[in-house]
Amino acid sequence: MIKPEPSPQDLQYLVAQAGLDADQLRRAYRQLCLIRSFENLIADRYYIGKTPEFNMAAGPIRGEMHLAVGQEAVAVGVCSLLGDGDAVVSTHRPHHHALAKGVEPKKLAAEIFGKASGLCHGKGGHMHLFDAGRHFACSGIVGASFPQAAGAAFAFRKLGQRHVAVAFAGEGAANHGTFAETLNVAGLFQLPLVVVIEDNLYADSTPKWAALSTVHHFQRAQSFNIPSYVVDGMDFIDVYRVAKLVIERARNGMGPALIEAVCYRYRGHFEGDAEEYRTREEVERWQALDPIPRLGERLKTLGWADEAMLNRLRDEAQQEAEAAIQFAESSPLPEPQEALMGVFQ
Amino acid sequence: MRKLKGLAFAIAEAIDQEMAHNERLVVLGEDVTYWGAVFGFTMGLFPKYGRERVVDTPITEQTFMGMAVGAASVGLHPVVSLMFVDFCGAGFDQMFNHMAKNYYMSGGQLPMPVTVITAIGGGYGDAAQHSQVLYGLFAHLPGFKIVVPATAYDAKGLTMRALADPNPVIIFGHKLLTGLPFLPFEGEEEEVPEERYTVELGQAAVRRQGQDLTIVAAGLMVPRSLKAAERLAQEGISAEVIDLRTLVPLDEATLVASARKTGRVLIVDEDYMSYGLSGEVAFRIQAGALRSLKAPIQRLAVPDVPIPFSEPLERAVIPSVERIYEAARSLVGAQALA
Repeated sequence: MIKPEPSPQDLQYLVAQAGLDADQLRRAYRQLCLIRSFENLIADRYYIGKTPEFNMAAGPIRGEMHLAVGQEAVAVGVCSLLGDGDAVVSTHRPHHHALAKGVEPKKLAAEIFGKASGLCHGKGGHMHLFDAGRHFACSGIVGASFPQAAGAAFAFRKLGQRHVAVAFAGEGAANHGTFAETLNVAGLFQLPLVVVIEDNLYADSTPKWAALSTVHHFQRAQSFNIPSYVVDGMDFIDVYRVAKLVIERARNGMGPALIEAVCYRYRGHFEGDAEEYRTREEVERWQALDPIPRLGERLKTLGWADEAMLNRLRDEAQQEAEAAIQFAESSPLPEPQEALMGVFQ
Repeated sequence: MRKLKGLAFAIAEAIDQEMAHNERLVVLGEDVTYWGAVFGFTMGLFPKYGRERVVDTPITEQTFMGMAVGAASVGLHPVVSLMFVDFCGAGFDQMFNHMAKNYYMSGGQLPMPVTVITAIGGGYGDAAQHSQVLYGLFAHLPGFKIVVPATAYDAKGLTMRALADPNPVIIFGHKLLTGLPFLPFEGEEEEVPEERYTVELGQAAVRRQGQDLTIVAAGLMVPRSLKAAERLAQEGISAEVIDLRTLVPLDEATLVASARKTGRVLIVDEDYMSYGLSGEVAFRIQAGALRSLKAPIQRLAVPDVPIPFSEPLERAVIPSVERIYEAARSLVGAQALA
């Protein structure tokens, strides 16, 4: 937690200042729950066939798996302000961004399972998810999201469209040359770009103190004349307040911004990660700041939900995630000859 | 019809004529305004279209290649200048992991109309990091179409065609064929229509008909092979010269037909010898014309060393007219296959 918990009176003030109403806040709560349920169900299915001996190629979901449990508020706080026409370029840890951007959970799950009904008909997989209709893309290459989002922002400007582009990346990616290069270009061209650094403290296994010459990222963007903000990435309202400000500014031609969202992933960098680099106690300390109960408590404080309503929203989200997984599981695999199609348009 | 000297103006004219018709075309890269991308491929565009559509970028290959990927995904058609192909290393991830793959990985959802134009080749003393051709590197990767024009006519028509393609196309323009005053010129002045026209991808050109052997070449190696063929003709050796024009798609039919006719094939390539164009073309020819071959397929290429600086050293590695002539002569004299 980087900011004190607001008193009931201050909470009302903050929510009003952010322009959030009861309905929006309840929807956000449900979205957080949907992502949490989805990621937990993927984790559950991922280990089928991979126990007791962990073999990445075995089971219904093959390959690496990077889950975002704990980081949901960053995705929802930013993406709930975007429309289908706005672009999001995400990372190797993309599910929470995809769901928050409105990608259909069924097609998302089916792609993760490598099914013909998936977003990319099984050609992309968990780290290469694309939904052209929602302008959602991601990349398994660390640091690749920055220039691509800048390119989308550049195109929106050239085409006279009032869309914005968002690049998500971890704090590890902020050490990549593309980070500085893109900030320079974005500042130079005043692109409608929002760079969101999801700082979960670890780049794979490397703690940020071992990889960064500075604790923070916001001042790195300031050196390119880009307005920058640090937010509590475990707090939907805090992320949303700042995201709203910078997205509206970008949409109105006022240039780029950077949001540094301090957050934490509860699971390993990838499934199968032995997590030698951190303690269980540290994980538990961050879980005490979990964005879902925090938002739930605030909804109750505001009088916008009671326990029964929160339970109902959680159940709905769980059911939606389960339906997505079931859709994926029951979908057919692609035909092998499909592999040879579609290199060129 | 007016005559043009070299590829540079032909390519720039093609971009200009397409930009006038297609507002989605935007030129990006280093020094694309005042300096016409240094090798002239964007000359004349800046005064006409201004910085709105001809955009100088910082020296950040990975970022402007990445921007091209992102911009193409949402409706622009970026025309990206990679000043020297040797600089591809700095932007390669965005090119081969994203530009070349996103259409496929997205199951056909994400469009990727990007045209990359780059200067290639040695022969003027620019040494190991500014003299390579490297088209084999890109041709190896699924998802790029590879254009290597040898004439101004082709340069314009192939560029026009690339600018209408919904896929990533890379145009490799040889510096010694650009026709720019500060470089040697090994091409010829030729007639190039002022109006718009296209040259289809995947169609090799038979530049000279012959009976005794086939010389396969691309880029600068085409005029050098033609000069060697003239010398061979003086000795009564009739060489057919094929200009590949595009490496992807590759016109296998023309290659195989010529090999069947002549029975002897010499592949001349300015790229590195191993694991590249010469091996690939040889494989395709033997697969389609093995029984017609009278001798093993021969090749000339840069013999797997970096391009050295000093003139005699550079001449020793890049195939010359003299060495093409000698290799062809010894191939025609070679014993027939058993």
